[in-house]
Amino acid sequence: MQIERAIDLGWFDLVLAAALVLVAIAISVWQRLGLGKSLLVGAIRATVQLLLIGHVLLMIFASREWSLVLAFLLLMVLAATIAATRRLEKHSAAPLRLICGIAILVGSSITLLYVGTIVVHVSPWYDPRYLIPIFGMIVGNAMNGATLTADRLYSEMRARHADIEALLALGASPAHASRDAVKKAISAAMIPTVNALAVVGIVALPGMMTGQILAGGDPTQAVRYQAMVMFMLTAATAITSTCVALWYRRTFFSPAEQLLPLD
Amino acid sequence: MNQAISLSSPAFELAQVNHVRVGRTVLRDISLTIPKGRTTSLIGPSGSGKTSLLRLLNRLESPVSGSIRYAGRVLEEYPIRELRRRVAFAFQTPAMLPGTVLDNLLEACRCFSYKVTAEDNARAMHALQLAELPADYLSRPADRLSGGEKQRVALARALMTEPDVLLLDEPTSALDPDTSARLVATLSRLTQRGLTIVMATHRLEEARLMGGYVAVLQAGCVVDYRSSGALETAIVVTL
Repeated sequence: MQIERAIDLGWFDLVLAAALVLVAIAISVWQRLGLGKSLLVGAIRATVQLLLIGHVLLMIFASREWSLVLAFLLLMVLAATIAATRRLEKHSAAPLRLICGIAILVGSSITLLYVGTIVVHVSPWYDPRYLIPIFGMIVGNAMNGATLTADRLYSEMRARHADIEALLALGASPAHASRDAVKKAISAAMIPTVNALAVVGIVALPGMMTGQILAGGDPTQAVRYQAMVMFMLTAATAITSTCVALWYRRTFFSPAEQLLPLD
Repeated sequence: MNQAISLSSPAFELAQVNHVRVGRTVLRDISLTIPKGRTTSLIGPSGSGKTSLLRLLNRLESPVSGSIRYAGRVLEEYPIRELRRRVAFAFQTPAMLPGTVLDNLLEACRCFSYKVTAEDNARAMHALQLAELPADYLSRPADRLSGGEKQRVALARALMTEPDVLLLDEPTSALDPDTSARLVATLSRLTQRGLTIVMATHRLEEARLMGGYVAVLQAGCVVDYRSSGALETAIVVTL
C-alpha cells in the first residue's frame, strides 16, 4: 500500500482555518451568549501556545537531554494542576491544588512508566518524541478526571451531609460514611472515558489516530496506537480520580471524625 | 451557674462547657451532671442549645472550652467510634439511607462488619418493635415513610448498636399523641433496664412522663436543673 506524505499546511491556510472560529463568534453574537470575547481570546491564545510549544519541542527534540524532558513533563503536570483547580472556586483552593497536583502526577507517571517501558519499549527511556506526546494525552485526561472528581465529591458531600452524619453518629468511620459520595465522584469522572471507549472509531476518530493517518502513517499501526492510547487514558483517569477522591474526602472531616461545616 | 446534682453514678459530667457554631455562641458555661440509667430531658425554646448539647455528647462536635466526661473519663480519651456506638444518637430530622427499613437498621452493623448475621436480623426486628413499628415495616422502602415513621426508624437504628446511652432529639415531634405516649412508655421501660436517655424536647408533659431529671435551657445556658417531679409552674411560664 502506497502511503502518501501529509499535505503541507501554510500560514495562509491557517488563517483560512481561523475563519471557522468566526462562525462560533457569530452564533454567540446572534444568540447573545456573551462568549465572543472568550472565543476570540481563546483562539489567539491557543495559536500562540501551539506555536510556542512547537518551538520548545523542536529545542527539546534536538537536545535529547533527559533532565530537560523530565522538566518539561513536570511543567505539563503543573499547568494541568492549575487548569484543573481554576474552576473549583467554591472549594478550599490550597489543599485541593496540592491534592489534584499529586494525583495527576501519580496517575500520569504510573501510566507513562508502564506504557513507556513495558508496552512501547521507548529507547532511550526519555525519548521526547514518544514521552512528550504520550504524557500530554495522559495528563490532559488525568486533569479532567481530577476536576470532575473534586467537583462531584464536593456536591455529593454537601447533598449527603445528613446521611453521612447519621452514619458517623452510629460509629461508622469517615471512609464508610462517605463511601457512596466517593463512588459517585469516581463514576462521574470515569463517564467520559467509558463513553469514549464505547464510540471510538464509530462516532469519533480520535486525535492521535487522525494525526498519524494525516501524517502518512500506516492506518493499522495508527489503530493499534490509538487502542493503546485509549487503554492508558482509562488507567490514568481511574488512578487520578481515585487518588483525588480518597484524599480530598479526608479534608471534609476533622481528626475527631467530625464532619466539617461546608459553606 | 453550677448545675451539678449529687449523683452516685453519673453518665456525663459537663464542666464549664462553651460551644460556638458558625461564629455564634450556642452554649455558655454549661456545668451539668447527667445521671446514669435515668432520663434527662433538655427543655427549652428553639435555639436554646438543646441539639448542640446532644451533639457534643456524641462528639459530632467538640466544645471550644470546658470538659465533658463520660463514665468518669474525658470524652476525648475514648476511641471515637466506640464512644458513638455506646452513646447512640437519633436525630430530629433523620436521614434515611437508600434501601428498605431493614437495610437502614442493618447499616448500624455494616459500619463494623460486612457480614450480617442472623442475630443482627433478629436484633433489627426487636429494635423496630421497641420503636413502636410493626414487623412488616422492615421490607418497606425507607424514603417513602412519613416523618414520624422515619423518626422511629432512626430510633430503632440507634438501638441496633445496643448503646448504653441514647440521645434523642425531639423524638416525638412528628408523632400523633397516641404513638407519642406509647413511645414514651417504651423509653421509660428502657431506662428501667439501665439505658441512659438524654432527650431534647419542647414538651414539658413528655419530660414529666419520662421521669428522671429536667434541665431547662435558655439562650445556651442551663437556667434550672431538677428532678422532673419537682418541676414548678414558674419554669413552665418561662419557656
